Amino acid sequence: MPKITYVAHDGIETVVDVAQDDTVMRGAVLNGIKGIVAQCGGGASCGTCHVYVDPENTKPLSAMHQVEDELLYFTACERKENSRLSCQLAVTGEQDGLVVHMPEKQL
Amino acid sequence: MRGESVVVVGAGQAGCQVAVSLREQGHRGPITLIGDEQAAPYQRPPLTKDYLAGQTDLAGLVLRQDSYYGDNGIELVRGERVVGVDRQARVAVLGCARTVSYEHLVFATGARPRTLPIPGAEHVLNLRTVADADAIRRKLDGRTGLDVVVIGGGFIGLEFAAVVRKLRHEVTVVETQPQVMQRAVSAETARHLTNRHRSEGVQVLTGTGVAAVREGLVELTDGTVLVADLVVAGIGVVPNTEVAQRAGLAVDDGIVVDAHLRTADQRVHAVGDCARFASTLTGGLTRLESVQNATDQAATVASAILGGAEPYTALPWFWSDQYDLKLQIAGLTDGHDRAVTVGDPAEGRFSVFCFKDDRLVGVEACNRPIDFLMGRRILEAGNALTPEIVASPGFDLRTSRQQAA
Repeated sequence: MPKITYVAHDGIETVVDVAQDDTVMRGAVLNGIKGIVAQCGGGASCGTCHVYVDPENTKPLSAMHQVEDELLYFTACERKENSRLSCQLAVTGEQDGLVVHMPEKQL
Repeated sequence: MRGESVVVVGAGQAGCQVAVSLREQGHRGPITLIGDEQAAPYQRPPLTKDYLAGQTDLAGLVLRQDSYYGDNGIELVRGERVVGVDRQARVAVLGCARTVSYEHLVFATGARPRTLPIPGAEHVLNLRTVADADAIRRKLDGRTGLDVVVIGGGFIGLEFAAVVRKLRHEVTVVETQPQVMQRAVSAETARHLTNRHRSEGVQVLTGTGVAAVREGLVELTDGTVLVADLVVAGIGVVPNTEVAQRAGLAVDDGIVVDAHLRTADQRVHAVGDCARFASTLTGGLTRLESVQNATDQAATVASAILGGAEPYTALPWFWSDQYDLKLQIAGLTDGHDRAVTVGDPAEGRFSVFCFKDDRLVGVEACNRPIDFLMGRRILEAGNALTPEIVASPGFDLRTSRQQAA
């Protein structure tokens, strides 16, 4: 299974095996990784699964749709160029090794 | 306070979140999470959406993977029901006669589908659990063109209708009220949803009830007879309060709790669909059925068990997916006396701002997530956005936030 690395705000890294066709958000939530709330469970409704994709990332990412783009203006932490909602980041084989950084807070 | 044992009765979204929040907030004592379903705790909203459409399986619904519970010292008891609580002895009694003692007990017993008091109700399926969804999927399995009758035009009924229509069945929705989602949305939003279902080929009948169901037929109160290969009802739920009542706790369409979600017994709380709580928003007793309410109340109670003193004040919000419409509702729009529509309903992108006594009480955003999120913030801030501001030409929530503040 593809491995995704979640870097908490305090710098602690957790590497998780995420099933193909799951999302970066699901990988975190299923494994109880703190720092991703995902209150709506992946419905692109709440903006509480915000992550910063590692600036060095070269792996292909799902395209950003309008709903995600609008939600990202309302996350608890500042939107940056590499901001994404992790519920919209699909995991296929191509994301093996992806690193995401979690913001200080989601609510 | 640390080290005390907690028993959570019910392992749905609310119960699971109580256990998760307790651990996240640093609770070190034993946690026993008891649910009567065989499945590990899972999300219910996709049951009427992706799960029914066959786009995800149970593994895609579970809230945590199985190893999470053991790894975090949470004993998950599946397929067992709590049948009694002895508050003097502080023990929960399971159906298998096992007893679990507690320092704190949380009722998260949820609700069950309301049944139709009509002849032939045994032919009607419900949609609350993964087992219910599986039964419906087996009926639909691989086929198209079945006649499906949906009793009730609420969230469940309409979401179900949308998915079944996409699976190319012939769908009729029967709603006794004059409009669909009568208690949940404004007339404008209800009209739009109705039109959308009709344009997709769903027959929506309002103002008529179901008199009887027979094998293959549904008889309506107006005399109409519908052919039905499958009948599914979504006519509301009844909170599961029996165990709390037998334990001597106050029950009134829900387990009655104060603004801290505590019963008269300070060691016993209730959260989620089963809890009728003193709402700081409405000023009265309120019971809400939503993921937001379940998870936010769970976090409040976890904090209370650890010595926190904050009441539950979270703003309610809801969402529904039907076809490509994403309806997001912030606040409680029930009982509003004025509604102002912004945007273009014809294009399926609009918001309805609902006011009561000229105060904003809720925003219904249809494919306008910014209005939903801005609406949440404005409502959370107790903001005085007036009908006049919203109705003024060129009103745009994105630019008027400061103006309204």
